[in-house]
Amino acid sequence: MAYPNKYRYTKEHEWIEVDGQKATIGITDYAQSSLGDIVFVELPKVGAELQQGKSFGTVESVKAVSELYSPATGTVTEVNAGLADSPEKVNSDAHGSWMLRITLRNPEELKSLMSADDYEKFIAEEAGS
Amino acid sequence: MTMLTETSRSLRKTALNRAHRSLGARMVDFGGWDMPVEYPNFEGRPGGLIQEHLAVRTAVGVFDVSHMGDLRITGREALAAVQYAAMNDASTLVEGKAQYSALLYAEGTFVDDIIVHKVSDHDYLIVINAGTREKDFEWTRNAVRDFDCRVADEGDRYTQLAIQGPLAQATLQKLTRFDLGSLKSYTFGFGEVCGLSGVMIARTGYTGEDGFEIYIPPDEPTSARVWSEVLAAGREFGILPCGLGARNTLRLEAKLPLYGHEISESIHVFEAGLERWCKLEKASDFIGKSALEKAKAAPLSRKLVGLEMTERGIARDDYPVLDASGNRIGRVTSGSYAPFLKKNIALAYVPPAFAAPGTEVKVEIRNQAAGAGVVPTPFYKRPKRP
Repeated sequence: MAYPNKYRYTKEHEWIEVDGQKATIGITDYAQSSLGDIVFVELPKVGAELQQGKSFGTVESVKAVSELYSPATGTVTEVNAGLADSPEKVNSDAHGSWMLRITLRNPEELKSLMSADDYEKFIAEEAGS
Repeated sequence: MTMLTETSRSLRKTALNRAHRSLGARMVDFGGWDMPVEYPNFEGRPGGLIQEHLAVRTAVGVFDVSHMGDLRITGREALAAVQYAAMNDASTLVEGKAQYSALLYAEGTFVDDIIVHKVSDHDYLIVINAGTREKDFEWTRNAVRDFDCRVADEGDRYTQLAIQGPLAQATLQKLTRFDLGSLKSYTFGFGEVCGLSGVMIARTGYTGEDGFEIYIPPDEPTSARVWSEVLAAGREFGILPCGLGARNTLRLEAKLPLYGHEISESIHVFEAGLERWCKLEKASDFIGKSALEKAKAAPLSRKLVGLEMTERGIARDDYPVLDASGNRIGRVTSGSYAPFLKKNIALAYVPPAFAAPGTEVKVEIRNQAAGAGVVPTPFYKRPKRP
């Protein structure tokens, strides 16, 4: 699975795509494959304030609940409502199935996130450990 | 996102460990065993927990359940020992018949739930849970010490495969001349399977579906060969190798109890609703009987019920159950998305006043109360087939 170069990645397996002051957030293919069949996604409402590194929702597979951690600080402007009825889309296309769009408050903080190359090395280590 | 940890610390392994890994299974630590939780794909077809669950409900699946424990009670007073140690009436068993039962503490609470197989008059094979193996062995040995019998831990003597689903018989029959049609539910026999003689074949399982469990020699080459032959035999029926994830959701839909969840050392037989398998009237005394006779005369403080979520959210193990005004009344023992029913279901202990089907309750999910209703159980009952 290719990890898009235009995204940046967290150690908690979220991706973020930045476009000026706006950004789009989802979880990685590695995350969806580790979780297994995703049956429930719980996301914040439009207007919610996210903080980098803090939990903003949950994703549940049949067997487990996992928290989602925000790659960036900002305000939610749009929520992918389609995931409420079809959470399995995250399994079939994790990098296309975005969860939130936000307005960034502090674009500088994104420098702390990983590039696609670094993230691939990171998950190779995680899978091997 | 927080990840499930996949470990490879010194865990017990079944003889099929390498076979599971070569199929790309996701492995987890299950009660000290390195076990497959699911197989993301199989022979180029999508697998995973939901597909595995559906394969068992609609076709056939095979599970490695070699982690299950086995106790063997043999000797002149083997029956009397079983009668004293377990709550069901083993005197009604004929050779080749099995029964669900349980080992109880003196308080009438659970040491473990078990399946008792009568091999012969002086030979009983008891299948126990993996996580309670040492405890069960010690407890049983102590419980029957005054009887003329021997208790052996035979957990390492078998590789145990469960072939489950409406096409389980068609699959397994290709590998044996033993007439599987002659085996009724909860009976067993011995026959040649995959060229191995004397294989125990039982029409038992833990999925709520028809199926068989076979007990074969535990060496890796034999185990791997039979595993492959079962998968090959089931290929025309769409067989999938199935992990413990599907095993759990299948048993939950069928309301089969799981030790440490619906039954434990602090839950007694009547609370768990398992009195059908507890024979207070049998001729012999058994451990837990006098406490249960008292419990039977007293009102229950809690009962195991089925819940179906009516609002968004999945009830999980240990989540609080609330009444309509938000007071805590009980807790969830097992909860999940149910892949065949396509609903979010749970088992929970609640006071009897809340146990009637149709009662509206709430489940507290991450500090939010989500609506749920008490529903009749089992959630799933397999259709009668001709």
